[in-house]
Amino acid sequence: MSEPLLSVQDLHVHFRGRRNVARAVEGVSYEVREGETVCIVGESGCGKTVSALSILGILPVPPAEIPEGRILFQGKDLLRMDPETLRGIRGNRLSMVFQEPMTSLNPVFKIGDQLREAVLAHRPMEEKALEERCVSLLRDVGISSSAERLQDYPHQLSGGQRQRVMIAMALACDPALVIADEPTTALDVTIQVQILNLFRDLQREKGLSLLYITHDLGVVAQIADRIYVMYAGIIAEQGTARQIFHEPRHPYTMGLLASLPSRMRRGASLHNVPGAVPDPAQKPPGCPFHPRCPAAEASCTRGLPGLCDWGEDHLARCPVTCADPDKEVWP
Amino acid sequence: MSPQSASSEPVLQVEGLVKHFPVQRGFFQRTVGHVKAVDGVDLLLEPGKTLGLVGESGCGKSTVGRLVLKLLEPDRGRILYRGGDITGYDRSAMAALRREMQIIFQDPFGSLNPRMTVGQAIEEGLRALGMKRRPARTDRVRELLRLVGIDPSASDRYPHEFSGGQRQRVGVARALSVEPTLVVCDEPVSSLDVSIQAQIINLLEDLQARMALSYLFISHDLNVVGYISDAVAVMYLGHIMETAPADALFDDPRHPYTRALLAAVPVPDPDQRAERKPLGGDVPSPFNPPPGCKFQGRCPLVEDRCREQEIAFYEAGPGHRVRCWKVMNG
Repeated sequence: MSEPLLSVQDLHVHFRGRRNVARAVEGVSYEVREGETVCIVGESGCGKTVSALSILGILPVPPAEIPEGRILFQGKDLLRMDPETLRGIRGNRLSMVFQEPMTSLNPVFKIGDQLREAVLAHRPMEEKALEERCVSLLRDVGISSSAERLQDYPHQLSGGQRQRVMIAMALACDPALVIADEPTTALDVTIQVQILNLFRDLQREKGLSLLYITHDLGVVAQIADRIYVMYAGIIAEQGTARQIFHEPRHPYTMGLLASLPSRMRRGASLHNVPGAVPDPAQKPPGCPFHPRCPAAEASCTRGLPGLCDWGEDHLARCPVTCADPDKEVWP
Repeated sequence: MSPQSASSEPVLQVEGLVKHFPVQRGFFQRTVGHVKAVDGVDLLLEPGKTLGLVGESGCGKSTVGRLVLKLLEPDRGRILYRGGDITGYDRSAMAALRREMQIIFQDPFGSLNPRMTVGQAIEEGLRALGMKRRPARTDRVRELLRLVGIDPSASDRYPHEFSGGQRQRVGVARALSVEPTLVVCDEPVSSLDVSIQAQIINLLEDLQARMALSYLFISHDLNVVGYISDAVAVMYLGHIMETAPADALFDDPRHPYTRALLAAVPVPDPDQRAERKPLGGDVPSPFNPPPGCKFQGRCPLVEDRCREQEIAFYEAGPGHRVRCWKVMNG
């Protein structure tokens, strides 16, 4: 098989404070292949956004530092690239859509100006061609009467429309990979469907790869080819959507799925994953999930467990379920 | 009809509730129109039950919550609390009722005073209630913290020392400190992570059973509402579109908006990937909305009549009311 489009290898990201070091990401590896939708799912503070920001090289250094790791995009290491070359890739072959459509656009410039800037950053072209390009970009993301919309300021658009504009900007230079960080979290559910469908259509038409970061397991189940479940700076489990949702092997994944409320679960008490996510500056030794894990054993506190191979690229970082596949973790 | 016994009397009954906010522009602050945040809302909450009020942002659901507690003055309509009309109550009349009607807010970060220990924050309510003896209050604070699953020794800590989930527990403890009957929960779990959300939902359900609480549960999240509610009201642009016992609403939704909303909820199962045909357009602005059905601009079934006249409720079943003439007439 050909090499993956994006390959993050053993990435570590630390934030150095005055008194301590917060280890936000601790040895994370993941890949995105051509045309794939990969989801990184996890709760707040698990390091999912930080790992994505390091791909784009837009983490503030200091306080952030990346002591270890490689990020290969189309075979080249983004972490060891000179800033000039990286700028040529970022926003061009590799682009990003952020969570907040309200604050990601500059309020004092027209949509058209901001879109033109995104195109011109990497593709110098003539006035007329540029105008056509912008109109067609907006049309691609489902904005009607797109020529007129170019004259609008961000505040004249709704949240969903603004997120469409953000996606148009991300698509400005025909990227190979789009990183989307919680792009629908701030939107209403009827608008969320529109945006998710838009990503799906764009992917079908343009063969785009998508790295989608979210905490929403419902969205993940709907769009992911493959999933990485993150917890406290590590990958707890990885696999295809069906493996993760139907045969979860890590106690954290199992706990997450069991705590989802729904009409069907009415009357039954939701599973309680006790406790809370640890402070990244004061992580417990060993498996970071062990203080909340009902299946934890003495060995879980000694060193980070290795990945247990469940076959067909389904990996889970839990020695307990690895040794006893039928173990009832959550009673 | 036989007279109802006191115990089965609704805790809360809302009839034709209206709240319009004037929009003023220009040098003279001339009123140029109204945001019709709540435009004729009826609700019924039975004792010990949970009524889910669900809708997208800007539909007016939070305004309803504040009107019910008289934190905002309604323009029109009636609010009955345990059968008594409290619509005309002024601040001092409401003060006596405050201990029975409490609210839990969405944001556990913004709703606690950062300069007060959580013990003080909970104690404040007890003092307002007239619990004069300090040791009695301290005992009660410890009891409340234990009730919501926080170690009582943490009562002298400040909010920033707690995680989001723990802060929401403190918010719950504070609301319950006065032993209320009715609790308005305004998006109480929306800002929490999934695993923490489940903890708070379980806590709310457990406390409801133990203390016979009635919840008006306001949320945009249909999964949460479906899990926790006995009855559900769906709101859109200041109107209730459909209201029904929760089973009827989820198993047999009638209004095109309810159907679209339910269809839009992503199912956490990769085997149930629907090619979902999304609702077009955006939620329109509640500023000077069109006459007729509020959903007309996005409705797949829209006809002229929907734009011309106000749409009345139709009975679709016991306690199941739908504000759409199309779905009732086939």
